[in-house]
Amino acid sequence: MFSKGSKQSNDAPPAAAEKSGGLLKSLKRGLSKTRDLLLTDVGDLVPRGGKIDEAALEELENRLLQADVGIDATSAILDNLRERARKAGDGDPGDLLRAAMLDILAPVAQPLDVSTANKPFVIMAVGVNGVGKTTTLGKLGAHLRDSHHKVLLAAGDTFRAAAIEQLQEWGERTGLPVIAQSHGSDAASVVFDAIHSGRARGSDVVLADTAGRLHTKDYLMTELKKVRRVIDKIEPRPDYEVLLVIDASTGQNALVQAKEFHQAIGLTGIVLTKLDGTARGGIVFALAQNLGLPIRYIGVGERIEDLRPFDAESFVDALLAQ
Amino acid sequence: MFDNLSERLGRTLKNLRGQGRLSEDNISEAMREVRMALLEADVALPVVKDFIEHVRERAIGQEVATSLTPGQVVIKIVHEELVRLMGESATPLSLNVAPPAVILLAGLQGAGKTTTAVKLARHIRDDLKRSVKVVSCDVYRPAAIDQLHAYADQAGIEYLPSDSSQKPLDIARDAVATVRRQGVETLIVDTAGRLHVDEDMMAEVQALNSDLSPAETLFVIDSMMGQDAVKSAEAFNNALPLSGVILTKVDGDARGGAALSVRHVTGKPIKFLGSGEKFDALEAFHPERVASRILGMGDVLSLIEEVERKTDQDKAKKMAAKIKKGGFDLDDFRDQINEMNRMGGMSSLLDKLPGTGQLPAGALNQVNDGMFNRLGTIIDSMTQKERRKPDIINGSRKKRIAAGSGTSVQEVNKLLKQFGQMQKTMKRMKRKGGLQKMLQGMGGGGGGGLPPGFKP
Repeated sequence: MFSKGSKQSNDAPPAAAEKSGGLLKSLKRGLSKTRDLLLTDVGDLVPRGGKIDEAALEELENRLLQADVGIDATSAILDNLRERARKAGDGDPGDLLRAAMLDILAPVAQPLDVSTANKPFVIMAVGVNGVGKTTTLGKLGAHLRDSHHKVLLAAGDTFRAAAIEQLQEWGERTGLPVIAQSHGSDAASVVFDAIHSGRARGSDVVLADTAGRLHTKDYLMTELKKVRRVIDKIEPRPDYEVLLVIDASTGQNALVQAKEFHQAIGLTGIVLTKLDGTARGGIVFALAQNLGLPIRYIGVGERIEDLRPFDAESFVDALLAQ
Repeated sequence: MFDNLSERLGRTLKNLRGQGRLSEDNISEAMREVRMALLEADVALPVVKDFIEHVRERAIGQEVATSLTPGQVVIKIVHEELVRLMGESATPLSLNVAPPAVILLAGLQGAGKTTTAVKLARHIRDDLKRSVKVVSCDVYRPAAIDQLHAYADQAGIEYLPSDSSQKPLDIARDAVATVRRQGVETLIVDTAGRLHVDEDMMAEVQALNSDLSPAETLFVIDSMMGQDAVKSAEAFNNALPLSGVILTKVDGDARGGAALSVRHVTGKPIKFLGSGEKFDALEAFHPERVASRILGMGDVLSLIEEVERKTDQDKAKKMAAKIKKGGFDLDDFRDQINEMNRMGGMSSLLDKLPGTGQLPAGALNQVNDGMFNRLGTIIDSMTQKERRKPDIINGSRKKRIAAGSGTSVQEVNKLLKQFGQMQKTMKRMKRKGGLQKMLQGMGGGGGGGLPPGFKP
């Protein structure tokens, strides 16, 4: 199964259960580029114990903008930093910046809790095309399995060619059962089946994949609403999480995506993927500021361990690399 | 949710009205707005900086003597520069090599390579009338090869089978040998998505490329990408001799500033836009369209062009001279109404302006073209003498005009009263180009749409 050349698969679970070298280390590795860009420079811009002047702020603004933080969130961070610098006077600029950034991110760092009285807990992944929904669910399934949950996968992406096969392959690799119908079948019906099947099997969690869809396509958003309506009608109504999966390299459009998906089906959390490139994922600041939706996980690498619960301090620390 | 550039500039440049020339002072604020607009559109910051310098140089000293507002002049320059930097339009594939011509697709994960491969195959088969097959070298993502096969089947495109136990290079070599034997003219090679910082994977695609020496090596990139587009494009451009770029998912509503970033760092032409789930949803690239999209203002630009094209410059000058002398008469007023109708009427002008959506409800309803037409009809029912000297219009003339135009004496009175106010206002406007400024008022958006002193 893993005899696929010397390179380990991007999407494949690890061949052996590699133990990670700690959350912060892994985050730093994933975010190293951001750190290089942001952190080092804060140090360069303002010597420890020095004053934050306008030139330093402008440079900092450039750095934040280049991390996709966006104009509004960048101004908010800088205003906050100015205010803190004015009050604290001689505080370390790095500490002040860290605090200013945490003000935005700390409130949205809420881990996902899958405990429920009405098992199974349902997690549905939604998002635009190519953000990594199926891969995220595969990894999440392995995580939940490892924390002793009975997991069932539901192949709700009935649209994209071979999406069902992709999830089934994840099922094989992780040893998790997969509920699937044929290509082109009704996504709501797949999810409905999976929840009932999960009840019959005593599953703790059902992970439902959905087809990638651009938020501008009304008919596809309508389909998503139907999936939700169907879940809502199941007696007793299951508790569920609707995760919006966002590619860390996405620019300011991520905000529009989040708003549109939220309006269509009511999001309850966000996953930020592909932080292992040079993309900095600064869009989480804009998302946190505008929508305040909990950020549940981030993907910082190819291995299953690299899907991490989102932790604001680690995230900011990795950015600031103290 | 984003302000488009004309709204931004409209606010910034309000105070600029009446200045005949853009100067360093008065455009620096405007350049700040342009910068924000481009950043919101995800154009990479270094690219934005270069671009702003460019525009600033061009804008300084630019005359604002045409029928445009300073804001519109700035937008025009920004747009023209964007179009210019965006490169050639509709660059065709160059497949004139000894067959089989190989097309290699490379890019990050989730950019849309597989979908694009099949769309490209359709384009080659249907538009270029060449035989074509596709093959997948993505042995990494689960079921990626199945995905290409399924898409190819749906689109009626032939594919060469491959297996995830094979090495990508072997798959590609076999495929080239096969299509050569079969006499197929074109082979599209889909590759696995890869991060540009992944050295092994980049080495793999380099090896593929040097072994296949493709006729086209195309970089596929998601139009929703943010600031990082610059880095990944740079890395792929350094690793591979790219011949062009395909921008995908433009059927979303991202501004697509990545297009400018990628173009800026690679210098390679953007050849196609992927714009939908259907397999014929591959469009030739047109720089104007993408430039307008980045600025978030499709129709404002066509409006500017329309005003420029349709305003008869000579007539406008003559009229301005007349106003200066205070000789603006009802004939001229009639001409103005005609002018406006030529541009599709007031409501169509308003439709094209950004921000009309924010007007209070009912405001738009008050501006109807029927009202202007009725004014025109009233003037048409006057004699030449009456139009030149409205003062002579007495009670019986009013009755005649009302009957002739199918209106009422009250409406004739209203018109004359408004016209009187207009004349007064115009006499006060001594500065050159007064009438042109009025026309600008129409184009400038907001409530200043009507000639001074004129209330519907």
